[in-house]
Amino acid sequence: MMKKINLNVNDKHYAIEVDIKESLLDVLRDRLHLTGVKQGCSVGECGACTVLIDGTPYNSCIYLAMWADGKKITTIEGIEKDGQLSKVQQAFVDEGAIQCGYCTPGLVMTTTALVESGKKYSDEEIKREISGHFCRCTGYQKIFNAVKKSLDE
Amino acid sequence: MFSINHILEPKTLKEAILYYDENPKLKVIAGGTDVLIHLHHGKLEDVELLSLRKINHLDEVKLQEDGTIVIGAMTTFSTLFRDKIINQYISILAEASVSMGGPQIRNIATIGGNICNGAVSADSAPSLFTLNAILRLESKKGVRMIPIQDFYEGPGKVKLLQGEILTHILITEDNYHEMKGKYIKFSNRKAMDIAMLSVAVTGQVEDEVFKDLRIALGVSAPVPVRCSKAEDYAVGKECSEETIKKIGELALSNARPRNSWRGSKPYRQHLINVLTQRAIKEIVFKGGGKDDEKN
Repeated sequence: MMKKINLNVNDKHYAIEVDIKESLLDVLRDRLHLTGVKQGCSVGECGACTVLIDGTPYNSCIYLAMWADGKKITTIEGIEKDGQLSKVQQAFVDEGAIQCGYCTPGLVMTTTALVESGKKYSDEEIKREISGHFCRCTGYQKIFNAVKKSLDE
Repeated sequence: MFSINHILEPKTLKEAILYYDENPKLKVIAGGTDVLIHLHHGKLEDVELLSLRKINHLDEVKLQEDGTIVIGAMTTFSTLFRDKIINQYISILAEASVSMGGPQIRNIATIGGNICNGAVSADSAPSLFTLNAILRLESKKGVRMIPIQDFYEGPGKVKLLQGEILTHILITEDNYHEMKGKYIKFSNRKAMDIAMLSVAVTGQVEDEVFKDLRIALGVSAPVPVRCSKAEDYAVGKECSEETIKKIGELALSNARPRNSWRGSKPYRQHLINVLTQRAIKEIVFKGGGKDDEKN
């Protein structure tokens, strides 16, 4: 069964037909070709597919595409401005928080939501807020440093 | 691609109940963090979904004039964790909420889904058991109120009658007024993990005597359980190290833990004893009791 939805992705408006069987991840990657959104575990554990929906991080693999009707979606492709990396992206580069890069888009999105919340986070709270992301390379310390740096300035 | 044949998205509860009455085969979906995963793994196939996501006001926490806290079944764990009413009056539920999954899961997973899923490890269950939560179930036949202690039937099984939808969770004032609570989730990882064992304690300490004490365990039996023997023993007793030790031992009498890859039976028994004592000491401390009880 197909369903017509209207959604805003990275400040661009789309009116598309989606299958009710499709996840938001499927639509973002295969229909809109936003392959910065990574498919990892497909069951909401690894966080690689995290995108912002109305500013809040969700796992797009377990979010039905049709639920995105009327929502504003932000992916990793949508946070650079005029070819300039966002503050969060730059912090991940500066801190060497990237190795294979597979978990990076998701982590950058969650960190972006933390920065945009305008709240202050203790070290423990930072760890809690990024705990929905698995990284199998860096051992998390550099990621933690990058998140802290993003929130510091 | 999920094996979904059809999805209904009613905008009102009334509409949802009518749909469910007409077609009892519908699978109710709330946050989807269990249903979509079952679909992904092929445990569910060719489903017709009844989504509750478009129904307004089912995701709110309210404090009624009579002091009853009413939690909409579609309230997410993130909302519960941050909610003012929850944090002020039943902070144990905020503690339990933030222990569940990770942030992205908490942003969408609902308390109603957690309860109706019937998992023995459900993070919301032990706290709600100690708060004597009442579940409001609605079907075309009318409304049924049932204590959460009577709702769980077995692993993954709850006593929802045909066509019934869980709409709200109610906690009356006498079950939280002057009470302190503590939830301890024991798991291998601090996040994104399922409890190996969990303990919730809600109680009231007055003049260093247990005026009221409720203990509930998760992953200790086929359903979450209350430790009635330990509770009966505790009430009226001085909250001394010795009493707390005895309560910990008695907590085992209502438990039937099993061996699983997550933890062995003897280890779980040990955890029940130790964590029950630890949680009690925490509420004694929160309740202004002896300082040395903390250690």
